[in-house]
Amino acid sequence: MAEKSAKPVKNPRIAMPEQDPQVRARNFLEVPTGYTNKMAQEEAARCLQCKKPACVNGCPVGVDIPGFIDLISKGDITAAIRNLWSKNALPAVCGRVCPQEIQCEGLCILGKKGEPVAIGNLERYCADWERENGTGELPPKAASTGKKVAVVGSGPSGLTVAGDLIVKGHDVTIFEAFHKAGGVLVYGIPEFRLPKAIVAQEINFLERLGCKLECNAVVGRTVSVDELFEQGFDAVYIGVGAGLPRFMNIPGENLVGILSANEYLTRANLMKAYKFPDVDTPIPIGKNVVVLGAGNVAMDAARTAMRLGAESVKIVYRRSREEMPARAAEIHHAEEEGIDMFLLTNPTKYLGNEKGRLTGMVCLQMELGEPDDSGRRRPVPIEGSEFEMDCDLCIVAVGSGANPLLTSETPDMKLNKWGYVHTDEKTGKTTKKAVWAGGDIVTGAATVILAMGAGREAANSMHDYLNLGW
Amino acid sequence: MFKIVRREEMAEGTVILNEIEAPLIAKKAKPGQFVILKADEDGERIPLTMAETDKDKGTITIIYMVVGKSTALFRDLKVGDSFQDVIGPLGKATHLEKRGKVICVGGGTGVAVLHPITRAMKEVGNEVVCIIGARTKDLLILEEQMKNASHDLRVCTDDGSYGHHGFVTDVMKEVLEEGDVKEVVAIGPVPMMKAVTNITKEYNVPTLVSLNPIMVDGTGMCGGCRVSVGGETKFACVDGPEFDGHKVDFDELMLRLNAYLEDEKKCHEEYCTIRDAQ
Repeated sequence: MAEKSAKPVKNPRIAMPEQDPQVRARNFLEVPTGYTNKMAQEEAARCLQCKKPACVNGCPVGVDIPGFIDLISKGDITAAIRNLWSKNALPAVCGRVCPQEIQCEGLCILGKKGEPVAIGNLERYCADWERENGTGELPPKAASTGKKVAVVGSGPSGLTVAGDLIVKGHDVTIFEAFHKAGGVLVYGIPEFRLPKAIVAQEINFLERLGCKLECNAVVGRTVSVDELFEQGFDAVYIGVGAGLPRFMNIPGENLVGILSANEYLTRANLMKAYKFPDVDTPIPIGKNVVVLGAGNVAMDAARTAMRLGAESVKIVYRRSREEMPARAAEIHHAEEEGIDMFLLTNPTKYLGNEKGRLTGMVCLQMELGEPDDSGRRRPVPIEGSEFEMDCDLCIVAVGSGANPLLTSETPDMKLNKWGYVHTDEKTGKTTKKAVWAGGDIVTGAATVILAMGAGREAANSMHDYLNLGW
Repeated sequence: MFKIVRREEMAEGTVILNEIEAPLIAKKAKPGQFVILKADEDGERIPLTMAETDKDKGTITIIYMVVGKSTALFRDLKVGDSFQDVIGPLGKATHLEKRGKVICVGGGTGVAVLHPITRAMKEVGNEVVCIIGARTKDLLILEEQMKNASHDLRVCTDDGSYGHHGFVTDVMKEVLEEGDVKEVVAIGPVPMMKAVTNITKEYNVPTLVSLNPIMVDGTGMCGGCRVSVGGETKFACVDGPEFDGHKVDFDELMLRLNAYLEDEKKCHEEYCTIRDAQ
């Protein structure tokens, strides 16, 4: 795994082989290449099989972690993947993108004195093994209930709801605004971190289970939520994601060469612009690239820019390393690939030329002051610390807000003051009858697994409703 | 898949009309709204404002100029072929209100976008003077349709080969001089819209323009289509595509439209070379 400690550890975890940083920094192939069977066995054997496993408490969807790991160490991968599927419809995805270090692995008892079990790596191993060697046999499905469910959005939370409800016997249709399903898994997370063939396979799995998929369907435009009920749907789940890019709101932001991370990554991932001109969608190639922000999206954008041939890529972040929201592994991978971190640095304006193209930015050095509302120490500018930074491409990855496209067309569904959907915390019920919501459109931008956790809660509540009523 | 049921060439084959089966979009679409189209698997998502919709037939019509590889791919689709993806209706519909005398000004393929708006303006009870223009007579489109959609149609050509010899702005000025104009709608190339709004500012006549910046998703997610309107950043895809023309920063819009000029040229040339070789 990524983290390296100074002292040699007893009983170290089995590291997953990775492409060499120098090589991978210029290609789009997946970075970690996967465990061999032997490696997986060895790593699984490290699990203490705790009677009261703390790791499970750290998992938003409650995966039976000791259970599936035990099956790996017994060599029964078919049973292990079925154990995983019973709690998690997208193990190949979660094994790759979950922030395990603050969830399951963060609570692993082995981590107290040494390194925790590589739960994420083992989860990925099972899903990859099944894809390559499995029988393709589907999990059992309950008899048809005759109830119709519409899932709006095909990102992680929507796919979880669809997967849960289809096996419970409901008739599920997924509506996706883009031309391809997967939500953030296809437009946001790059190929080198989550190969699109894997996402396609997970979606194909749901289709084989009987889920119907309607792409190019913008709910709120092509069809409204109320019209879905008129069409005979009995319940609706809204998992459309946050989907409104935030910008810095500083002078010069509309210069050519400044893109939201959403746009940059959508071009690169969904539209496959990294293959331009073999595909038709272009993407700006920066020589000196600056990425604003330090979350997973920022790391994805920075690493994409490097792969597209940048000479230098800088992460510019106004707080310190400690506050960087990205997964430890992403930061580590980014630095290995030659991405520079400009921490405690904040841009104040963009600079451009007569053609309206970005040429640089003015930044201020910051220092940490008193804690702010988020509990993190507030970055404050150091007087007279202004300096200029050359850059011809800037990717703004400072978070997302609530996209009002669907919510503004669904007036009887209550929103909070930031425009996110108000839901019952336990069930995901909105204030509109027979409508649930979850994922980033409820919480604001978060992680894949939290969205899946919300999907799981909502699916349970929807199942109860379809059997018992609101 | 979205099948093409009718195809026409206009303006000496530089402008193409496609009528496309898209029943869900046709049912919902209102004047001023746009769709995003993608020809095939590796295609680019191209926003185009609809020129016509037919709820009963379940079709929408787009009219576009062939300018790059993506529109060349569209051009090469025949009747019976399909667009792989059509998404919509997107954007806000035109705000329609009876105001009195209204001028609708169109240039180039903007005339196609202007057509349903002009007709709707007339239907709500406005007295509609329509001014359309092109470089030369053979590049003029939809003259007959615009005549029917308005009360009074004036035609201009830059070279004087047909109608008034000069720009649409000259004729618009004359109509503005007659007085009592309550609103102007201008749709066409950015320099034309800029010129129109510069004049209507002098006459203090509210002016609506329809913008078509570069965008990817068309649902407010990417922010590629940002335009400065009255000093504020707006997303053309969800806040527009129509804006108060007196507040739009057209110079910035023009620079942003050129963002991928080099790439587009390269891609188009490559496509033409391959196509011609076949």
